[in-house]
Amino acid sequence: METLDALWLVPAFPLAGALVLLVAGRRLGRPWAGWLATLMCAGAFATTVVMFAAMVGLEAEERHHVTRLFDWISVGGLDLHVAFLADPLSITMALFVTGVGSLIHLYSIGYMAHDERFPTFFLYLNLFAFSMLTLVLADNFVLTFLGWEGVGACSYFLISFWFTRETAAVAGKKAFVTNRIGDFGFMVATFLLFGAVGSLDYLDVFASTEQLATGTATAVGLLLFLGAAGKSAQLPLLVWLPDAMEGPTPVSALIHAATMVTAGVYLLCRVAPILEVADPATLTTIGLVGGATALFAALVACAQDDIKRVLAYSTVSQLGYMVLAVGTGSFVAAIFHMVTHAFFKALLFLGAGSVIHGLHDEQDMKRMGGLRKWMPVTYATFLVGWLAISGVFPFAGFWSKDEILLGAWVKGDATGYLLWGVGLLTALLTAYYMSRQVFLVFFGEPRCDDRGDAAGENAHAHAQKPHESPLTMTIPLVVLAALSVLGGALNLPFGKPWLFLEKWLEPSFGEALHAHDASGSLKFGLAAVALAAAVAGIAVAYARWYKQRPDANAAFEPVPLRRALYLDTAYAAFFGGPGRWLAGKTAYVVDAKVVDGAVNGVAAIVRSSGTQLRKLQTGYVRNYALGITAGIVLLLAWTAFRVAG
Amino acid sequence: MTATLGVLAANASNVDTGVFAVCAVVMVAGALGVVFSRHPVHSALSLVATLLGVAVLFVAQEAHFLAAVQVIVYAGAIVVLFLFVIMLVGVDREEDIDDEPLRGQRVVGAALGLAVLFLVIALFQLGSSWVTGEESVRGAAQVTAAPGVEPVENVEQLGRSLFTDFLLPFEITGVLLVIAVVGAVVLARRLTKEELAELRAAELVEVNQDLQEKVES
Amino acid sequence: MTLGGEWYLGLAAVIFTIGAIGLLYRRNVLVMFMCVELMLNAVNLSFVTMARMLNDVGGQAVVFFVLVVAAAEVVVGLGIIVAIYRRRVGATADDLHMLKG
Repeated sequence: METLDALWLVPAFPLAGALVLLVAGRRLGRPWAGWLATLMCAGAFATTVVMFAAMVGLEAEERHHVTRLFDWISVGGLDLHVAFLADPLSITMALFVTGVGSLIHLYSIGYMAHDERFPTFFLYLNLFAFSMLTLVLADNFVLTFLGWEGVGACSYFLISFWFTRETAAVAGKKAFVTNRIGDFGFMVATFLLFGAVGSLDYLDVFASTEQLATGTATAVGLLLFLGAAGKSAQLPLLVWLPDAMEGPTPVSALIHAATMVTAGVYLLCRVAPILEVADPATLTTIGLVGGATALFAALVACAQDDIKRVLAYSTVSQLGYMVLAVGTGSFVAAIFHMVTHAFFKALLFLGAGSVIHGLHDEQDMKRMGGLRKWMPVTYATFLVGWLAISGVFPFAGFWSKDEILLGAWVKGDATGYLLWGVGLLTALLTAYYMSRQVFLVFFGEPRCDDRGDAAGENAHAHAQKPHESPLTMTIPLVVLAALSVLGGALNLPFGKPWLFLEKWLEPSFGEALHAHDASGSLKFGLAAVALAAAVAGIAVAYARWYKQRPDANAAFEPVPLRRALYLDTAYAAFFGGPGRWLAGKTAYVVDAKVVDGAVNGVAAIVRSSGTQLRKLQTGYVRNYALGITAGIVLLLAWTAFRVAG
Repeated sequence: MTATLGVLAANASNVDTGVFAVCAVVMVAGALGVVFSRHPVHSALSLVATLLGVAVLFVAQEAHFLAAVQVIVYAGAIVVLFLFVIMLVGVDREEDIDDEPLRGQRVVGAALGLAVLFLVIALFQLGSSWVTGEESVRGAAQVTAAPGVEPVENVEQLGRSLFTDFLLPFEITGVLLVIAVVGAVVLARRLTKEELAELRAAELVEVNQDLQEKVES
Repeated sequence: MTLGGEWYLGLAAVIFTIGAIGLLYRRNVLVMFMCVELMLNAVNLSFVTMARMLNDVGGQAVVFFVLVVAAAEVVVGLGIIVAIYRRRVGATADDLHMLKG
C-alpha cells in the first residue's frame, strides 16, 4: 500500500478529536481537553509531513494520487465518492493549515484557560480543522463544498462563542448569512459544471477543459469567484470579517487570518484550468475586485482604534492582494502570499491576543502604550510580524508581495499597470497603518492607567499591571516569528533553482502557470520601488504617531474611514428600507394575491363549473330520456359518417 | 308512389305487397294512437293493433312460430296486464296532453326523433356491410329454402337452434322469469301491521315535504 | 318471392321513432311504458327481417329472448307502478324529481 493511501488520516485526526471531545469533553476538563485537541492537530500535521515526504520522492508528473474511501452518492449520471486528492497544491494547503493550526491550538490552551466552556472551544476548533482539511484535500467539488459549509458553520460557532453578548451573536449570524450568498455562487457553478462535463471530480473536469464552451467557463469562473468573494471577504461581501472579531482572538487568528478565509483563494487557484479557458474578462474582473478590496480595506484600517479591527481590515486587504494575483494569472504568487500571510497574520493576531490578555481585555489602542516594557516577547515577535507585513527586506512579506506586484506589472496591459499601482499604494498604506498600530501599542507613554473598567473577552482577576503571557502562548509566537523571517525562502526570485514553490506547484496548475522571465533588473527595480513605498509609510507613521498624543492626529483619521466608508450603514439602509419594501411586496402582493389567488382561483373555477353542470341534473326522467336520445343520434351520425366516408 | 310499388312488384308477388301495405298502415296508425291518445285505455288498444300488425309481418317473413308467440305473449298477456293496471290505478284519469311543464322538451324531442329516423334510413340506403353484416354471415341454419333442398319447418329450425347454439341464454332466461315472478310476488304482497304503520309515518313526512315545497314555490 | 327487406326495416324505423317521441312526450307512466313496448317491437321486426335477409335463424332466436325479457320487464315494472300509485295517487313521471342535483 502506498504511503499516500493513508491521506485520509489527515482529516481523520481532528475528526476523532472532535468526536472524543463531543462525548467526553466535559469530563476531560481543562487543560486536558485542550492538549488532546492540540495533539490531534499536531498528529494531522505530522501525517501531512509524511505525505509531503512521500510526494517529494515521486516524479513531478506522478504527483497526484487519489485515495478513495467510499462511494457517497450514486444516482443517475452523478457518481460522487468520498475521496481525497494528494497533489502539490492540496498538500501545501494542508501543511500550513495543520501547522499553523496546531500552534494556535497550543496558544488557546493558555488564552482560554479561564473560560467556562473550555472543552467546547476545542471541540469547535477540531471540527473546524476537520472541515478545512476536507475542503483542501477533497477530490471533487461536492466534497469541497461539504468542507466549505463546515468551515462556515464552525466559523459561526466560534464567532458567537460568547453568545450571551448580543454583538457576538449578531456577528455570527452576519458571517453565516454573508457567506451564504457566496455559497449560492458555488452551488450554481457546480450545477453548470456537472451539466457541461458530466462529472464533478477535479481530475475529470480539468482533463476536459478544452471541451468547455467559453461562455460556460466564464459563468463558472464568475460564480466560483462569487463564492470565493464570500469566503475570502472581498467587496462587496467583506462586511462580515471586521465584525467577526467578536470571537476570541485565537479564532480570529486561525479562521479569519490563516485558514478559512484562504479557502476562497484556494478554490480559485484550484480551478485555474477553468479560469484559463474562460473569457479574459473573468480574470480581469477578479483582479479589479481584488485590487479594489485591497485599497478599500487598507484605507479603512488607517482609522480604526480597536487593535483587532485594524488586523481584520488588514486581513481583508491582504486577501485582496491574493485575489489580485489570481486576477493577473500569477497563481503561484497568490499561494506564496497565502502561506507567508498565514505566518505573519497569525503571529500578529496572536500577539494582539497576548496584549489583550495581558491588559485584562483592553482592546482600544488609544488606551494602550509603552507595552514593550512589560511584554518583551510579545513586543519582539510583534515587531517581526510588523516588518513582515509591511514588506520590508528580508522578511517573508517582502518576497511574496513583490511576486504579486511583479506579476501585475509583467501582465503588460492597462489593467496590469493599474493593479500594480493599486498594489503599490496599498503597500504604502499597509506599512503606515501597521506602524501606527505598533507605535500606539508598544511605544510612547503608557496610557493604560487612565482607562475605566473594561469588561470584555475573558475577564478574570489579575494584578493591575500588564504582564507577559504564559509559555503556551509565547512559544507559538516565537515559532511563527521565525517562520515570518524565513518564509521568503520558499520562492526566491533569483532564477529557477530558487523558485521552490513554483516548481513544486507546477503539476497542479499545468497550462495555467505563466512563468514569466522578467529580467533581473526589472525585478530589482520593482522591488526597490515597493521597498521605498513601505519605508515611506513607516516614516509618515513615525512622524505622526511615535511620540504624539493619540488624539492630535484627527486629520489622519477622518470619520468616513472610521465608519468603513459607510459600507455597513449602506447595506443596513438598503435592506432595512428598499429590501424590506421588496419583501413586503413579495409577501403580501405576489404571494397572497397572485399565487394564492391562482390556487384559489382554480378551486373557484371548479366550484362554479360544478354549479353550472349541476343544472343538467333536473331530476326529471323525461329530460334524461332526451339525453339518451341525443346520444343515440350522435352514435348513428358517427356510424353514418364512417360508413359514408 | 305507384311507380315505386310497380318496380317492387316486378320482384314480389302482389299478395305480399298488399299485405305489407295494409299492415304498415295499421301499425303506424296504432303507434300514433298510442302516443297521442288522451285516455290510457285507448292507448292500450292501439298498442294491440300494432302488435297484431307485427305478428302478421312475422308470418310474411316465414317466422311462423314467433308470430304465434307474439300474439299469445304480447297481445294476449302483456297488454292485458297493462289494462289491469290501468283499471286498478284509475280508469278515468286523463292526462293533460297539451301542457308541457318542461321547457323545450317537445321541440328537442321531435327534432331528435326525426333525426333518428333520418339516420337509420340513410344507413339502410348506404347498405354497406357495417349495417347489414353481410360479410359476417354464416347461415346457422337455413331460413329460406335453397333450391333443391328439402325445406325444414320453421319451428324445428328455431327449436334446433335454441337447444344447441343458444342453450345457455335459454336457461338463463328461465332464471330471469323466476326472478320476475318473485319480484312480482314481493311487490304485490299484503303488508304486515308494522310495515303498514311505518308506511303511514313515512307518508306523513312526505306530505309535509310536499306542502313545504308548494309553499316555497 | 317476398318483398325486399328494406321496406320492413324502414317500417321498423318509423315505429321505433314514433315510440321514442312518444316516450319523450307523455307524462303518464303507463303510456310511457307502452311506448317502450313499441320500440321493442320495432326492433323485433328488424331482427326477423335480418334473419330472412341473411339466412340466419339466430335472428329469430334473439327475438325469442327479447320477448321473454320484455315480458319479465313488464311484470316487474307494472308492479312498481302499482306500488307507487298506492301511495301517491295520480303520480306522473314529472312528480318523481327528488333526485334533482
